[in-house]
Amino acid sequence: MTQDEVFADVKAILTESLSVDDDQVTPQARLQADLDAESIDFLDIVFRLERKFGLKIDRNELFPESIFQGDPKFVQDGVVTPGGLAELKEKMPYADLSAFEQNPKFEQIGDLFTVDLIARYVKSKVDAK
Amino acid sequence: MRWIWIDRFTAFEPGKSATAVKCLSAAEDHFAEHFPGFPVMPAALILEGLAQTGGILVGEVNQFREKVVLAKIPFAKFHRDATAGEVLTYRADVLDLKPEGAIVKGTVTCGADPVCDAEIFFAHLDQNRGRQMFGDFNFVFSGELANLLGMAKLVASPSPDPPQLPPATP
Repeated sequence: MTQDEVFADVKAILTESLSVDDDQVTPQARLQADLDAESIDFLDIVFRLERKFGLKIDRNELFPESIFQGDPKFVQDGVVTPGGLAELKEKMPYADLSAFEQNPKFEQIGDLFTVDLIARYVKSKVDAK
Repeated sequence: MRWIWIDRFTAFEPGKSATAVKCLSAAEDHFAEHFPGFPVMPAALILEGLAQTGGILVGEVNQFREKVVLAKIPFAKFHRDATAGEVLTYRADVLDLKPEGAIVKGTVTCGADPVCDAEIFFAHLDQNRGRQMFGDFNFVFSGELANLLGMAKLVASPSPDPPQLPPATP
């Protein structure tokens, strides 16, 4: 599958799961801030991606809980620590962290989850199959 | 008030599908208010019946040990109203079942008429968090739902020797 094909399928899944118009699902759209995704939606999205692409996505893989739950090893005073950034890089090699690293505020971590990130993650999983 | 929106199961294939029926009676309170002079079953209650059918189907897979909660209805489409005197048939098919939850495809029909199509997402309430909040008591599958569960089990595994009524005495 090409990146464009993966993106088209991911877009269709997000449109259905989040009940949004397809022109809202741009590569840069953030799942939470722009598309109003809630925690239960992430589980729904993972289920749909697995079904559509025939993947197995471990519970902690796409949305790593250790960071999101504010583990003090990784998050201190509302800022993601160097250890946390290293963890993010290891757990999310498909994410572009360059902008986030400049100002790694915990409250902005959700902004990393864009439509493009999901599509790149799925492409990496599909290629590894 | 009893919060049971299905009357009985007519088919039950564990882990796969379940069919239940609901007879609508003019005595049900909701018809008086929804709407006066024009009694139609509220769409949310139709979905509740479908969710009870699907929720029991999903819960049975783990022998009702999981707390199965309705997390999300990603899609629901209603085709026509349902009113007193009609019999609704709820059909639930498991699309996906995992340790974290399940997705069920549901259809509601009245005779040959489609009434509603929907997809329902059930989550298994996190074991640890669920225990902190509610203890070991399974608040989802408790009380009166137990009767329905018993029926679901009966339909799922018909006894080779069904109980016989005693002969009628004059």
